[in-house]
Amino acid sequence: MTARTDAVAANPVEAFLRSDRMPHIWCPGCGIGTTVNCFARALLQAKLNLDRVVVVSGIGCTGRVAGYLELDSFHTTHGRAIPFATGLKLANPELTVVVYSGDGDLVGIGGNHFIHAARRNVDLKVICVNNFTYGMTGGQVAPTTPLGALSTTTPYGCFEQPFNLPQLAESSGAVYVARWTSYHVRQLTHAFGEALRKKGFSFIEILSPCPTLYERRNRLGDGLEMMKYFKEQSLVRHGAPTKELGLTFQGPIAVGKFVDRERPTFLETLNQQLARTLEAQYAGCAGEHVRD
Amino acid sequence: MKADPAGVLTGTHFLDGDQACCEGALAAGCRFAAGYPITPSTEIVERFAQRAPQVGGMFIQMEDELAASIAIQGAVWAGAKAFTVTSGPGFSLMMEHIGFAAMTETPCVVVDVQRGGPSTGLPTLPGQGDIMQARWGSHGDYEIIALVPSSPQECFELTLDAFNLAERYRVPALVLMDECVGHMTEKVVIPPAQEIEIVPRRYTARPPADYQPFEPGPDGVPEMVRAGDGYRIHVTGMTHDQRGYPEVSAEAQQRLVERLVAKIRGHAERIARVEETWTQDADIIVVAYGITARVALRGVEMARERGVAAGLLRPVVVWPFPEKRVRELAARARAFVVVEMNYGQVALEVERVVAGRAPTVLVPHAGGTVHPPEEILAAILAQAPAREVAR
Ligand SMILES: Cc1ncc(C[n+]2csc(CCOP(=O)(O)OP(=O)(O)O)c2C)c(N)n1
Ligand code: SF4
Repeated sequence: MTARTDAVAANPVEAFLRSDRMPHIWCPGCGIGTTVNCFARALLQAKLNLDRVVVVSGIGCTGRVAGYLELDSFHTTHGRAIPFATGLKLANPELTVVVYSGDGDLVGIGGNHFIHAARRNVDLKVICVNNFTYGMTGGQVAPTTPLGALSTTTPYGCFEQPFNLPQLAESSGAVYVARWTSYHVRQLTHAFGEALRKKGFSFIEILSPCPTLYERRNRLGDGLEMMKYFKEQSLVRHGAPTKELGLTFQGPIAVGKFVDRERPTFLETLNQQLARTLEAQYAGCAGEHVRD
Repeated sequence: MKADPAGVLTGTHFLDGDQACCEGALAAGCRFAAGYPITPSTEIVERFAQRAPQVGGMFIQMEDELAASIAIQGAVWAGAKAFTVTSGPGFSLMMEHIGFAAMTETPCVVVDVQRGGPSTGLPTLPGQGDIMQARWGSHGDYEIIALVPSSPQECFELTLDAFNLAERYRVPALVLMDECVGHMTEKVVIPPAQEIEIVPRRYTARPPADYQPFEPGPDGVPEMVRAGDGYRIHVTGMTHDQRGYPEVSAEAQQRLVERLVAKIRGHAERIARVEETWTQDADIIVVAYGITARVALRGVEMARERGVAAGLLRPVVVWPFPEKRVRELAARARAFVVVEMNYGQVALEVERVVAGRAPTVLVPHAGGTVHPPEEILAAILAQAPAREVAR
């Protein structure tokens, strides 16, 4: 449908972007674009049939990712990317379904869906850009805002305990859990690749600067300053117990791959259970006949 | 296209309205349902969960109605026909996604088995208080189609029709049952598959280079593709252009909303459907739907026994509202008596369309049980010319 640039010039990532939608809406120094770049590189390396890769976003600055990727993409409602993606995946299991959204979207308003999809182990790759705030709406407190940090709705400093997202994901049932920052482009690209290959609910948290709102309000400098913070304070701790991964205001950041385990997926247990109990009467479902 | 025989339970059955609704969905080719339990609708998906795996479908119980009402839309974009079912409190939660379906032109079906409200209200007892919510409940301007069955047989037929209408116009189609109709058991005749007409999804035949996902066809309805078909589409709940790209401008908004509204309003008379009993010579037109239409018919009979020329107009499709027919009747009717299990919803529509040509009288009921026919009779008699009333 869109004019795909034939002259995919210097940057191989451009083939994955809807060039007719550029320029994008993100602010200078915002980390979201960097994560998209890594994601596109991971897609390039994964050698997947891109006609079968679908990106689903909720609402927010990160929620705009779906609209910039030259893939089948759905920009849904605030918090509901995961249940939309669940329906998509179950009705056509051949699709690789990626959910790409913000922290407020995925674990604030969408938190219930997040834990249930992880529990069911629906085969979704969930990418969460965590900028410690609600970007799109102007920098309000998020379920990830560190204690003490300023936001427009916590003008005297945040007094709510934030989520530890890797722990939430693991305890809910995710089979793959990693955290990187937008500084760790190589590791992040690698993690995307792993998640794309992994079967089951995979979760990647990416800490990312929001210079316009979070940094400015908290006097943390620009996007570059935040990258410096990510660089200096990050410690690679592969396999670290997720309960130790909570974040504090400008404190140390544990990054790495924390969980990589096997659990039967939702469709596997569904098919197994129905085949066992219904035997020959089981017509096979979940995408085999769901489509017309 | 004819129905897939796998899903059609041909024969004569004794079913309640909920079960019949499930059979209507299966006959329509629905193979994906998502839901969250709520009385008095749960039996629909309980049956679906039992039946679907044997015909190549599936049910998933989601974590809430927000999830259920958008999981079905994911399934639709993957190529399935899909529905969700609920009752009042869950219907309220689904509103955002009825708007999303309207905006993204996602054909899907939502069944609301109405109970008494507001809030938790009367979980096990009937109401008809969601009629306006079905029409206006999501924010912004949009159009939907809503059908109102008044028997288990119609629960089967109208659920099937809802799927067909959803595909035909690419809108969410709603089936507004009520607890009485959902739980009453009657004879339901399900025809052979080859006698059931199915509206297939309007997939495009164009190659990706010539295709724009929201380019309207001659009837205002765009052609569709599935995720995974290689068209690399973008679908958004934001105001968008024909390519599906967000466009935040008054012009784009005007173009899109006007089309979304026009594709139903422009076909309203074709979609509208009423059933009439003794309206030919009627002075008093009683308007009622769902279970209330059956009680109202008794009231009309009693009026006729007393020599009063009353007739019943039953909207089978309530949205779009059968304006033309009501207007025709208004030209000669003496009065309209609207009987509904709420405090005046369809009555407002009747009043609007009648536009002062005759009085419109509401016989309200807060729900929990049906109207006593005597109350309906009294309302009819009160409008009848004195000479007619053989007291
Ligand atoms: C139901 C609903 N409530 C509120 C909003 C307003 N809203 C839009 S984006 C957003 C927060 C987004 O924050 P996050 O997910 O962290 O993404 P970011 O913008 O930071 O990338 C909110 C509250 C909405 N669109 N829908
Ligand atoms: S507001 Fe923050 S998160 Fe949103 S685009 Fe700007 S920098 Fe990025």
